[in-house]
Amino acid sequence: MSRPATRRAWPVLGALVVAALLVVVAAPTYYVNLAVLALVYSLLAMSLNLLMGYAGLTSFGHAAFFGAAAYAAGILSLRYGVPFWPAAAAGIAVGTLLGAAYGILVAGSRGVYFLLITLALGQVTWGLTLRWVSMTGGDNGLPGITRPDLWLGWPLADVRGYYLFALLIAGICVALLALVVASPFGHALRGIRESPSRMRTLGYPVWGYAYAAFVVSAFFASVAGVLYVYYNGFVSHQNMQIAVSAQVALMVIIGGAGSFWGPAAGATLLVFMQNLLSSVTQRWMSVLGLLYIVVVLYQPSGLAGLVTQIRRRRAGRPEERVATPAVLPTAGDRNGWGR
Amino acid sequence: MFWITLVANGVAFGMLLFLIGSGLSLIFGVMRVVNLAHGSYYLIGAYLGTGVAAATNSFLLGIAAGVVATMLLGVVMQTAFLERFGGQILAQVLLTMGFLLLLADLSLWVWGGTPQILAIPDALSGSVRAGGFVFPRYRLFISLLSALVALALYLVLERTRLGAQVRAAVDDPEMAQGLGVNVPRLSTAMFALGAALAGLAGVLGSPILGVFPGADLEILTLALAVVIIGGLGSFPGTLVGSLFVGLADNIGKALFPELSYIAFFAPMALILAVRPRGLFGR
Repeated sequence: MSRPATRRAWPVLGALVVAALLVVVAAPTYYVNLAVLALVYSLLAMSLNLLMGYAGLTSFGHAAFFGAAAYAAGILSLRYGVPFWPAAAAGIAVGTLLGAAYGILVAGSRGVYFLLITLALGQVTWGLTLRWVSMTGGDNGLPGITRPDLWLGWPLADVRGYYLFALLIAGICVALLALVVASPFGHALRGIRESPSRMRTLGYPVWGYAYAAFVVSAFFASVAGVLYVYYNGFVSHQNMQIAVSAQVALMVIIGGAGSFWGPAAGATLLVFMQNLLSSVTQRWMSVLGLLYIVVVLYQPSGLAGLVTQIRRRRAGRPEERVATPAVLPTAGDRNGWGR
Repeated sequence: MFWITLVANGVAFGMLLFLIGSGLSLIFGVMRVVNLAHGSYYLIGAYLGTGVAAATNSFLLGIAAGVVATMLLGVVMQTAFLERFGGQILAQVLLTMGFLLLLADLSLWVWGGTPQILAIPDALSGSVRAGGFVFPRYRLFISLLSALVALALYLVLERTRLGAQVRAAVDDPEMAQGLGVNVPRLSTAMFALGAALAGLAGVLGSPILGVFPGADLEILTLALAVVIIGGLGSFPGTLVGSLFVGLADNIGKALFPELSYIAFFAPMALILAVRPRGLFGR
């Protein structure tokens, strides 16, 4: 984000905050529930965007960290009666540590290798969760997790109070993510996305940067997982399925990988679509699959790319082509792809 | 006896995985694309084969139906969708993810959620005695048939003109194209072959594993483990990887059912940490 763009973004940001606060007072309960989900998945998608959009590492296993954090917090609170804050901290720690462990295995890979290894790791984590019945409840999952007994101008047990809480936590995380993205580290990630070999020549420890990005991303995904489990009161292996990882990746792509706010827009769009469509059809997975195909075919740069295209057209420069984000490299770009 | 059965079953399962893994590996070799819908071919082949075999009372017709249908599916996917994105590897992989979700849901729609199983044909049921050992005949059949397919694949790849073209395209697609090899058509051929092999594996696997929603992902995970361990695009790697995963999965499930995924996950992680491109990867 360049500086003038940031200055232009302030009124938009202000309007967003006002709108987000208005939801609490004005929206019907059903939409407040959806808004909580939108916040949770926005945070999850933005955490994945750090990898996909900024570092150019497309992961199909992100649900593993989300789910591990949710399970850990859920198990501690349900089986051991651990209060909210320590259980939440432990959940985030477990998800982040899992990221730190998996990061060792994937930080040296790029492109399709990275994608398929994260997919395999995500599936293995899911399989373990499903079969480790004595700990995770297997197919039945863990029902009956209660919302924290806190008060934030509104009791958190009520969904409106929980929404405010989620808004606060997600807001803090987004601010932190903005700092990460704007830092020299964030710029180095973009450099790695464009050309790992050049960055290596310049003396950047590419492995270390990719590893750090992976762990940071897992940390924010874990925060989203903990927010989710206390909202939902229930966690099951379905929260770890590849469908979740694929859906989050699609949120990033639909929003526009590498744009800061795009993934949040993609997440909100998909959350509302899924819940509004669920009253019409049971075939959400088909819709998701078709969306994948349509987006890749017609709008690979996502909503963010669409906005750029419209702006350019207004400015009378329709000929200019919009840069496709690094997740969809062109034929000539073999950097880090395959071999 | 327990161990011998376990190993025999593991080998049979491993050879079944080889049929799937080799298609995945071939497609990757020529196109650099990991086809995430590969497990879906297995699923659809299994459902169709089971249905046709039950309706016609012929195992062979079941196999034919599964193989032909998945082959057509693979060709349509490649020519109508993936080919447009020649060279844009990630776009192609994302497309296959779309097909994975779509085909899984459509299968659930068409065939419902109840697991189905194909009866073992009479000629292949029962078991074979050799010395003091007893092998289930059907698993022996799977192992032998898959070994034959492996041998045929090897001979075609190493000894024929087509095989030479494939190897050239694997080594350097652009140079091969420049030398007159029709790489897009070769890619379609590999897609058809890979899909057909996965469909075949689906029909063959149905009598011992059954078909159910989610079988596509279960198989895809194991097939990914196979190619991660063996090395993507490597023929001997796929063979070694599939036998390893087949054995580890079977033995793991028997010894510690709750944590059976660890059995192939731990070695896979170890290999990744030491050799990120797999045992035989370049």
